[in-house]
Amino acid sequence: MNHGKIKQILLLTDGCSNQGEDPAAVAAFAREKGITVNVIGVLDHGSARDHGMQEVENIAASGGGVSQIVNVDQLARTVQMVTKQSMTHTLHGVVQSELSQILGSGQEVDDLPPDKRGEVVDVVDELGETVDLDVLILVDTSASMKPKLPMVQDALTDLSISLHSRTGENHFALFVFPGKRKDTEKMLDWTPEMNSLTGVFQRMTTGGITPTGPALQAALQHFDKRLSKRSLKRYGEDEFPIEESGF
Amino acid sequence: MEKMNSQSKNQAFDLAPGTAWTGKWNQNPYKIIKRLGKGANGVVYLADTRTGQKAVKIGEDKMSLTSEVNVLRAFSKVQGNVLGPSLLDVDDVIWKGEVYPFFCMEYLEGETLLDFARKRGSEWIPVFMVQLLGDLDRLHQEGWIFGDLKPDNLIITGPPSRVRWFDVGGTTRQGRAVKEYTEFYDRGYWGLGDRRAEPSYDLFAAAMILIETAYPRRFDKPGGAAPEKTLSLLRRYIQHSQPLAPFQHVLLRALKGEYPNAQLMKKDLIQTIEKKTSRKPPASPKQKGKPHKKTRPRQRAAGSSKEKASYRPEIILTTSFLFLSSVLYFMGQWM
Repeated sequence: MNHGKIKQILLLTDGCSNQGEDPAAVAAFAREKGITVNVIGVLDHGSARDHGMQEVENIAASGGGVSQIVNVDQLARTVQMVTKQSMTHTLHGVVQSELSQILGSGQEVDDLPPDKRGEVVDVVDELGETVDLDVLILVDTSASMKPKLPMVQDALTDLSISLHSRTGENHFALFVFPGKRKDTEKMLDWTPEMNSLTGVFQRMTTGGITPTGPALQAALQHFDKRLSKRSLKRYGEDEFPIEESGF
Repeated sequence: MEKMNSQSKNQAFDLAPGTAWTGKWNQNPYKIIKRLGKGANGVVYLADTRTGQKAVKIGEDKMSLTSEVNVLRAFSKVQGNVLGPSLLDVDDVIWKGEVYPFFCMEYLEGETLLDFARKRGSEWIPVFMVQLLGDLDRLHQEGWIFGDLKPDNLIITGPPSRVRWFDVGGTTRQGRAVKEYTEFYDRGYWGLGDRRAEPSYDLFAAAMILIETAYPRRFDKPGGAAPEKTLSLLRRYIQHSQPLAPFQHVLLRALKGEYPNAQLMKKDLIQTIEKKTSRKPPASPKQKGKPHKKTRPRQRAAGSSKEKASYRPEIILTTSFLFLSSVLYFMGQWM
């Protein structure tokens, strides 16, 4: 079977963006480019859902992805679940469109009798196991996120364990926002291992602004760069600074 | 599909007792009696069906529920299936204009492992572990891994008391990434391995189940899961518990992933139980009898109990022979 690739942005944030373009618009654009945007809203212990969490749902909805709002202690489980759910969702969509071509438009997997549906699910399961996956992780490091960062690090290590148990290849990149001098800062370029995370979050300074939109924009550009580099047959090292321009 | 947050999910599943429907494809009637519980992929209800009271699992996401159906279907092809509940019907229900998938399965009635042990004695727990390892071995030989192995997914049915699997939603083909898991029973969470579906993954979870029976409120993992740290923590918990200490060797080997298959762990566990029971005199004869009855067929090789058992027919035979010959002798005298 031809190995495709799934591209995802995983955004971890705890509140409202307050600088730059509307993150939902950037997410909608990402979706058009075949990149799914998943968002996890991280709550403090005992705090209720606030209006910042509405934004979380909006971004994921425009980005064709999955959103979850969780307490920080559930983060590890949620991060891997959201990533996997979103993969299945994407693959389901691919299989769906293939099926519509075969069966005629308007025909959906859900319209199949349960027996036939089982065979389709087997195909989706198989693809989910073998497909290659690129996840760009975008972590909000504004001041209120600071105490949650050790848990974020644990959750990302956990995600790495989960994805490495698959047959398909994985690549991760890690960006944080706001950065030291820029809106966004690259902490980790495309790498198959996330073991190198230790200490990443200690080094960084947390700031007051939350430029979620520009951060998503930078993430998209990083995906583009990977594509163009790929065509040059050399990827891995990236020495270019992240551009911050809008589209 | 975009809105996958748990809030929207829960509402859809709240079907009141008395709710009735007819399956969209197979036209079988169902009527809800009560809610039994919530699994990873849906809510399980007890329902009245054409063939009596059965369990019905209704999901929202067709794909994940179908995945579970595929597993149950594969199980039903295994001979003498005791692995999961048997699958009876797969269909869709139309409820308030929305289509939800559901399937109907055998209703397993029973108690949780911990409730059972509390009522009938903790000596049952190792017995159930031996049963569980036997079932796991069979499952593994069929090419599957249970995945989300935990007390919530086990039920004790009977009599005769037997551990059965309740929810097989996490069952995964060997070699793939485990579909569902629960942190406390997951070796990845403890930093003691990955989530690749292989026998040792289930055996780790089995060890954690046994540990949990001694610490029902569980315990937390220290931050930053360095394998040596978590392993020594688990070792301390095992050593500090009187019922667990005899099993330290088996448990640690399972936690370290040193058993390549369930059969070997089962063998070690049986040996430990035998050593434990032969060393300590029985506390009360009533409690002692039960587990013995259960384990005896599995430990035929053990010397003493077999010998004792084999004297009995000989004595009966000898006495009846003596009695018969004396009767014949007196009959001869008479005539």
